[in-house]
Amino acid sequence: MSGKQKLVVIGNGMAPGRMLESLFELAPDRYQVTIFNAEPRVNYDRIMLSPVLSGAKTYDEIIIHGDGWYIDRGITLYKGHKVVAIDRDARTVTSDAGEVAPYDKLVVATGSNPFIIPVPGHDLPGVLSYRDLDDVNAMLLAAQSRAKAVVIGGGLLGLEAAAGLRERGMQVTVLHVMPTLMERQLDPAAGYLLERALVDRGIEVVTRANTRAIVGDGKVEGVELDDGTVIPASLVVMAVGIRPNVALAKDAGLETGRGIVVDAGMRSSDPDIIALGECAEVGGQVYGLVAPLYRMAEVAAARLVEDPSAEFAHMDTPTKLKVTGIDLYSLGDFAEGDDRQEIVLRDATAGVYKRVVLKDDRIIGTVLYGDTADGAWFNDLMKKRTDISAMRDTLIFGQAYQGGAALDPTAAVAALPDDAEICGCNGVCKSTITGAIAAKGLTSLDAVRAHTKASNSCGTCTGLVEQLMALTLGDRYNPAAVTPMCACTDLGHDDVRRLIKAKRLKSIPAVMQELEWKTSCGCAKCRPALNYYLVCDWPNEYADDYQSRFINERVHANIQKDGTYSIVPRMWGGQTTSAELRAIADVVDKFDIPSVKVTGGQRIDMLGIRKEDLPAVWSDLGKAGFVSGHAYAKGVRTVKTCVGTDWCRFGTQDSTGLGVRIEKFMWGSWTPAKVKMAVSGCPRNCAEATCKDVGVICVDSGFEIHFAGAAGLDIKGTEVLGMVKTETEALEHIVAVVQMYREQGRYLERIYKWAKRIGYDEVRRQIMDDAERRAAYFERFVFSQKFAQVDPWSERVSGKDKHEFKPMANLVLEAAQ
Amino acid sequence: MNALTRNWIDVGALEDIPRRGARCIRNGAMTIAVFRTTDDHVFALEDRCPHRQGPLSQGIVHDGCVTCPLHNWVISLETGKAQGADEGSVEAFPVRVDDGRVLLAVDLG
Repeated sequence: MSGKQKLVVIGNGMAPGRMLESLFELAPDRYQVTIFNAEPRVNYDRIMLSPVLSGAKTYDEIIIHGDGWYIDRGITLYKGHKVVAIDRDARTVTSDAGEVAPYDKLVVATGSNPFIIPVPGHDLPGVLSYRDLDDVNAMLLAAQSRAKAVVIGGGLLGLEAAAGLRERGMQVTVLHVMPTLMERQLDPAAGYLLERALVDRGIEVVTRANTRAIVGDGKVEGVELDDGTVIPASLVVMAVGIRPNVALAKDAGLETGRGIVVDAGMRSSDPDIIALGECAEVGGQVYGLVAPLYRMAEVAAARLVEDPSAEFAHMDTPTKLKVTGIDLYSLGDFAEGDDRQEIVLRDATAGVYKRVVLKDDRIIGTVLYGDTADGAWFNDLMKKRTDISAMRDTLIFGQAYQGGAALDPTAAVAALPDDAEICGCNGVCKSTITGAIAAKGLTSLDAVRAHTKASNSCGTCTGLVEQLMALTLGDRYNPAAVTPMCACTDLGHDDVRRLIKAKRLKSIPAVMQELEWKTSCGCAKCRPALNYYLVCDWPNEYADDYQSRFINERVHANIQKDGTYSIVPRMWGGQTTSAELRAIADVVDKFDIPSVKVTGGQRIDMLGIRKEDLPAVWSDLGKAGFVSGHAYAKGVRTVKTCVGTDWCRFGTQDSTGLGVRIEKFMWGSWTPAKVKMAVSGCPRNCAEATCKDVGVICVDSGFEIHFAGAAGLDIKGTEVLGMVKTETEALEHIVAVVQMYREQGRYLERIYKWAKRIGYDEVRRQIMDDAERRAAYFERFVFSQKFAQVDPWSERVSGKDKHEFKPMANLVLEAAQ
Repeated sequence: MNALTRNWIDVGALEDIPRRGARCIRNGAMTIAVFRTTDDHVFALEDRCPHRQGPLSQGIVHDGCVTCPLHNWVISLETGKAQGADEGSVEAFPVRVDDGRVLLAVDLG
């Protein structure tokens, strides 16, 4: 032992393990090593804890250094000894069992602690973290006897824990505070695919879930979210992140930031003390993945044998999820930016998503899902900063496609054998399609769909079918020119709407993935359209994405040319009272509103309001009973009325009453474009109902319902939908025609354009002649109103979306303070 | 302003800015819009479209750009330049995120 320097290592995780391996190779006799391990065991592979949890491996299989390894190297290993103090003057460390060890060089590798959210109940029995073998053993014990588990945290560790517990037969719910899983490693598209894969294997996933408390009497019984939902659970695993464990180093007076601050040679502020692993902060960064930690270990070992050239440099490390059957790979920087370009490949049928981010013809980031075979190749290109401009067109297909000639798509389809499957959903092969085209003289895509069912379900094979038609028909094939929604897709609005329903797509990332969007997050044209389609089709399930709404619908007011806003409170049927007018006058005075104007829809518009004032203005108006007039919405706006039988000597019906009834029934509904209505009490038509989206002309014998009028960019008188006898029937027919439009209209397409496209007779047939269908439209509208009729103004007075109305900071004020 | 004299001002937490959204920073007479993209990168532009001075902070954020709410000009978040056929640009300010805080480099107005 004489002549050897004393090296003490605090912690026995993977990083110090690798350091010692390296050190004993470089200088087997230089140090007498003593290790203190707070865990009562040898060094094992923590990355493989998830396979142990799921049952794919045992603890014995993941041991890196068995007891013999320490004995062979003359290392003293204190198992289950936690070091409680470092005395830098005396150069000793002391363990909780009272063991004191002197050192010449000290290595601090205390790792990290799981972050426990300090919610009420976090200390109940049954709440676990996921860091070491003890946690795994505790989870396995819980899995034997208990049925339901909640995992808080949808990151790498949390999802691995969830998958493992599911494998062990538990019912598992994952709560994640962000909108998509693993958002630090994955973009939203890949996050969506991952969520879908987890749901497929029976794991429930709740995103945007804020935990308010863990509830239970003496032990865990459930998790309460901040919306009041309680999810029953007898086991709660918190996997929301880790914090470098710096307490010991800090107590010893070493410099700490997020971790123990070390230089590129892994030396702390005390040159005889090295820190490495998850507890170390180097170059301002802390690391949690094994590759950089092993690199730290190599550097530390080299420095311990006085090799000053060894330095740690920042490295990007790929992330992989260790859940059987889920392939995902993420590396580098995949943010968007003006100087960056992206190449995206989506194959919805195969569940594949690949995205490569380029800057100056070099790869700087990669996200792969479903097919990760080329991860290493992309990583290699990125590390070597290879100029990829020559292989740019085929880069995304992977290494196997480099160097080959590009295929002409039509030639590729021509080369397919007759029995090649074209439409996977309906099992239609090439010869069935070409045969039907020839035998039945089909010339349009719709006809081919009708006769063969090819491309009639998910629609992703539409391109193939069209190429087959072009091949078979030659010049006779004249593809219907479908205008794509925007540059992000080749699909038109109708296809997108049809596919949203057929494939039950319920989020914007889901649509973009399944329909193979060409951009990663859409544009200002497609996002508001998709948001509307999803709101309309899944009223109770879709979470409205406000960031995909135009500003007016986001803040529930109309932006003006100078950046101020105008607002229009609802006046049902155009009726008001002295109290309402007084309240408006008071608000105008109090907030110094520069302009007040009567609108064409029989409302009062207040213009020039500062955005910051909006909630206070709404608060005052709300006290007078006003709600939002939705004057900003692609939605139901106004029902204009005349005074009808209440006052008018010509009035035949209570037109004001019917208008108010329609408006109270239909307010709050989102539609493809704005919907303005009117009810006139006699054919003199003082409410101008015959140029509205939907209008009613009252006559003695009942109600004549009109639709598809216009008095804006185009001027067009309405079409008559039909006559009904009672107010209730009138309401049912109006609601049904609006719902039909809601379900079929293209975003921003007014009713008159939609009806012309569909055919006026088709609308009459479905609404007037088909009572069953009319009732179904009516029911669907009523159902969606349950979720739509919430006054957005009072919500915002109560604090919703506060951030919209306040600047984040005022620099001059702050500087003055 | 060069890198040496840059004065980084803490203007708030990253979490205070909605993803694919923006918040405003008042700096004297000028308003600066700080944007956060879907993958948590931040950009800062003067809140004033080069076309008709529309508040860019109120636009829809997508693919490294923002679409102005007034007349749909598309402005690059990184450079402040108008995209496509439109010509014009708005000042972009250095901004970064450190430990969850948004730091903006700007001369006080």
